[in-house]
Amino acid sequence: MSAPAPSMFTPAAKAMAEKLGLKMGRANLDEFATTLEELARANPNIIAVTSDSRGSGKLGPFCTALPNQIIEVGIAEQNLVGITAGLAACGKKSFGVSPGCFLTARSLEQIKNDVCYSDVPAVLVGISAGVSYGALGSTHHSLHDLAVLRAINNITILVPADNFETREAIKFAAKATKPVFVRFGKAAMYGLHKPETKFEVGNAITLREGNDAAFIATGETVVHALLAAGQLAERRLNCRVISMHTVKPLDIDAVLKAGRECGAVITVEEHMVHGGLGEACASVLMEAGVRVPFRIMGIPDEDTVTGAQADIFRHYGISMEGLSETAAQLLKSV
Amino acid sequence: MTDRELQLKAVRLRKMTLQAIFDAGAGHTGGGLSCLDILNVLYNHVLNLSPETFGDPNRDRYVQSKGHSVEALYVVLADRGFFPARDLETLCHYQSPYVGHPTRKIPGIEMNTGALGHGLPICLGMALAGKMDSAPYRVFTLLGDGELAEGSNWEAALAAAHYDLDNLVAILDHNTLQITGHTRDVMSNEPIDEKFRAFGWTVRSVNGHDYAALTKALTDPPAPGKPTFIIANTVKGRGVSFMENVVKWHHGVPSESELKQALTELDALEAKLKEVA
Repeated sequence: MSAPAPSMFTPAAKAMAEKLGLKMGRANLDEFATTLEELARANPNIIAVTSDSRGSGKLGPFCTALPNQIIEVGIAEQNLVGITAGLAACGKKSFGVSPGCFLTARSLEQIKNDVCYSDVPAVLVGISAGVSYGALGSTHHSLHDLAVLRAINNITILVPADNFETREAIKFAAKATKPVFVRFGKAAMYGLHKPETKFEVGNAITLREGNDAAFIATGETVVHALLAAGQLAERRLNCRVISMHTVKPLDIDAVLKAGRECGAVITVEEHMVHGGLGEACASVLMEAGVRVPFRIMGIPDEDTVTGAQADIFRHYGISMEGLSETAAQLLKSV
Repeated sequence: MTDRELQLKAVRLRKMTLQAIFDAGAGHTGGGLSCLDILNVLYNHVLNLSPETFGDPNRDRYVQSKGHSVEALYVVLADRGFFPARDLETLCHYQSPYVGHPTRKIPGIEMNTGALGHGLPICLGMALAGKMDSAPYRVFTLLGDGELAEGSNWEAALAAAHYDLDNLVAILDHNTLQITGHTRDVMSNEPIDEKFRAFGWTVRSVNGHDYAALTKALTDPPAPGKPTFIIANTVKGRGVSFMENVVKWHHGVPSESELKQALTELDALEAKLKEVA
């Protein structure tokens, strides 16, 4: 019998989640698949394009229900993006769905030219992004995708944190008239938002107020920042937690506000420390002349440690315990 | 328009292509001259497309995968009235939309191309959309033979046959030269016809400067359920004696005296064609 995958959350983190009233949801991947199917049932113009990835993308039910709205291209990601662009140019609302690692590396030129430069309203969905594939190794990790796509003109980059943000991101993408990239993982996620929360692309969501330090996090790291803030509160440190679901265009106002009002800023992302959310925030703060103790929490520029997603997160301090320790140390050093 | 009239037009378009490249100080001369007759036939005898119908969802689509031969495409589009020919005086100038590869900012251009190996996958998406909508349009792309080394073409070749895309036509500008030299020396790709047949395509081979043959190959109905691959055998630098089959004219820009000599040759050809007519 194989060993179960290690949990993303330690018993202490689970206890903190309960204390904060967080309820475990399902994987953002499942939420994406359900949402896309619902939207496609109402809009026959929505077409999913897969590269032998319908299973990985949880699109089996979509395929059964709407067989005329899915195109399989086989294991051929360049072709997937070209076809997705061609469909969009002819009036289809096309969603190219493929693991983030392949989608944004092998077919980067197609994303740059066929989608972004040609300015067609295609949606690119990077599934099982970041280190979701964990122990499968670096071939299957996408730690570069935010960096490379940030450097390409004319694409919105969405990294939802929980089921609510995923649903809203896909709904936005389905209506978008410009290129959109959405990336998420496949681990079950806690729900982070109150029912009245509004999701607006380009506007970060503040999940918790506080001025001692600010966590600006994106994607599946947001929950760990929120749990860390809960733990830090027990040490009488009140920390702000911001879900930066839109990496591009960045919510500059939220970043500057955090930099000006908080004693330290810690960015958190499931991405290489180069070129992602952290460096985007750093450049915003520097250009505005905001000086604040600052730390980028992500995957460092090294041979990534082996293990499951949870192992990798914990190894690099992307956990409740790791982030609260980083914040405490950063504040102590001031 | 008769084939003879198109041939006469082609001489004028060749002169315009050379003048545009000379004025810009940049461009892809040899490939433009090799594919010009193909474009001339497409836009005047084949494509269900005009400036007035460019917004029609049922228009035929043309995507120039070998985007570097854009000067020839620009002059054909200008001649068809998509934009004034004088706009080409700004080719490659500061802030001009007329850059050295096709962009959708120019009336008549469907997609931005220039990096090779992109046109065929894009056209697959367009052809699939047409099938889904039971739309009457056909989708055409023009490839270079050096371009066939790009692997994405072969991904698309598989998929086009898999999806029975008989509304898709890929044309190969088979001039046998690329920037480094002969295609057979850089990366052998023959037998191209057998390769595409093995992938499930209908293959037609024609003289890419023969108007009647080109028109027939491009307008004959496709084999049901099969995409069509047309090998247009062409001469790089066609129409100018010192440019024909000479590698350096891949992106060589004529000097003033070379331009004068080329235009003189084309003037003579034009006079001869008029005389015959």
